[in-house]
Amino acid sequence: MTWWRTHGRTRALVTRYVLLLVVLAISVGPLLWQFFSSLKGPQDALYGSSATFFPANPTFAAYQTVFEQVPMGMYIRNSLIMCLLTVFSQVVFPTLAGYMLSRQGWRGRGVFYWVLIISMMFPFESIMVSLYTQITDLGLDDSFIGVWLPGAIAAVNVLITRAAFSAVPNEVEDAAMLDGAGELRRFWKIYLPAARGAMVVVVINSFIAAWDDFLWPFIVLRSEELYTLSLGLSRLASSSLSYDPRVTMAGSIIAIVPILVLFVALQRYFFKGVESGAVK
Amino acid sequence: MATDVYAGTLAAGEQAARVTRPSRTRSRRPRPTSGAALYRPWWTPWLWVAPAIIVIGVFGVFPFLNTILLSFTDARPLGGGGDWVGLDNYSRMVADPAFWLAVRNSVLYAVVAVPLLVVLPLMLAQLVYKKVPAIGFFRTAFYAPVVASMVAVALVWQNLVSENGPINTALTQVGIIDSPIPFLSDTTLLLLTAIALTVWKGLGWYMIFYLSALASVPKDLYEAASLDGAGTFRQFVHVTVPGVRLTMLLVGIMSGIGSLRVFTEIYILGGATGGVGGQARTLPFYIRDVALDPISGNVGYGAAISVALFVLTIGLAVASHKLGSKEED
Repeated sequence: MTWWRTHGRTRALVTRYVLLLVVLAISVGPLLWQFFSSLKGPQDALYGSSATFFPANPTFAAYQTVFEQVPMGMYIRNSLIMCLLTVFSQVVFPTLAGYMLSRQGWRGRGVFYWVLIISMMFPFESIMVSLYTQITDLGLDDSFIGVWLPGAIAAVNVLITRAAFSAVPNEVEDAAMLDGAGELRRFWKIYLPAARGAMVVVVINSFIAAWDDFLWPFIVLRSEELYTLSLGLSRLASSSLSYDPRVTMAGSIIAIVPILVLFVALQRYFFKGVESGAVK
Repeated sequence: MATDVYAGTLAAGEQAARVTRPSRTRSRRPRPTSGAALYRPWWTPWLWVAPAIIVIGVFGVFPFLNTILLSFTDARPLGGGGDWVGLDNYSRMVADPAFWLAVRNSVLYAVVAVPLLVVLPLMLAQLVYKKVPAIGFFRTAFYAPVVASMVAVALVWQNLVSENGPINTALTQVGIIDSPIPFLSDTTLLLLTAIALTVWKGLGWYMIFYLSALASVPKDLYEAASLDGAGTFRQFVHVTVPGVRLTMLLVGIMSGIGSLRVFTEIYILGGATGGVGGQARTLPFYIRDVALDPISGNVGYGAAISVALFVLTIGLAVASHKLGSKEED
């Protein structure tokens, strides 16, 4: 509280908001600029000294064109398929593994833990050559499964759910056992509800990762009818540079908006850990 | 109802449990700290973790060993080749100027991006830490670039810095420059623009780490420093920075590894070639170019470069760790 007293409260508060607005302009400004430019009609200048921030004649024409120029609906559908596959496997299997990892007293637990830790040491880019040969050997190149499988279960998600399960006191488990609840029942009725917050984090993270991923689908997929939105966008950008930039802008806005909506809707989970830390 | 009796002894304490437990299973398992472990057959836990351990083993751990093996062969992307060639790939790598250029670009990326990503998000966290009205809005807004897809925001930046884009227009109007800055066609400027994009997109991500770290900095230290007449800047240097030093180290390692992984920024801003004549290619970019072309690809050589990338990553992590513990003295 005192660190600004020497400056005067009001002045400090004003400075703070001015700085906040400056950072706001830097972080969101480019996205807004792209958005408003994508709404500009052919009469509105995009660039140059006559260009304005807001469109004088707002129109969705560029959005219409982008759907005509490239199969945008197909890209979106493919991205959604990838997201659903990934979210499903990233929620179900790491949760099962994380639960068992949080249980003590079974042989191999330590080995499993170390496999997880070791697997997180290798950056994807340093093993992608091997991954590609593995996927090709399995006959999965140029397929959704080939894109999905190597990233289907992430070690970090096992650790995230494990931490949530570990937070449940052992006494709760013992009490449930006395009441005759079997393992599956305890898992379903006690542990899963307790780990709901962690699972939401896993859902959001894996959805965003699958939606945003570029390099791996780019390596695996060759047929355009399998392209995800990121791949489609990059193709649109490299092929239509001579055309209207508004179209590429509209395309990138289409890729950004769903993820932003999801994020804003679920944002309290992003900052939850921070809030609870701040109470201390 | 024999199980109920059994459970009763468990609840009484572990000593009792150990007495009741059949001696055969005792030798098979570690000492349980919770009663539930006694009711599981030895294979149940493995059933639960099987999908995770298979996928993570096959696609998380094995690929690294496989990469090392491949680096000693002349394997091709779609099968074929695969004969042992000894250290040929490595000697070719050491003599390959394109490889060293990629190393230089990746290292330059880390050297420029890491200090920015260690310091700027900390200042940002300091700015949004205090709960003033509407701070939730600002935090959310600052995080927005993190979740937006890299391809899309790279396209935004491509427009921003293009020859007739708003940045060049503004600079020309103010009169700082006469002709537009070739952000995307000059190799060094392209790399710096990509770095700026990486930093811009990473600000919110690392801000979160600092936000939780700031919560653990003792408040009375600020009061004491303020009583001693330390201004905002000196409080930042002498109280905040030492208080979050471990997080700075973590952010340094994470952003360093992130810098060595850069591909998309260069691919979108610099085009499929990776800048003019591939001059701006990073290591992952070069690996992809070398190894993963279905026709002309050379998996063996790509694997050797992958090993180099891994060594560089570990080296960077160790170096930051050394640097971090040196500051402690």
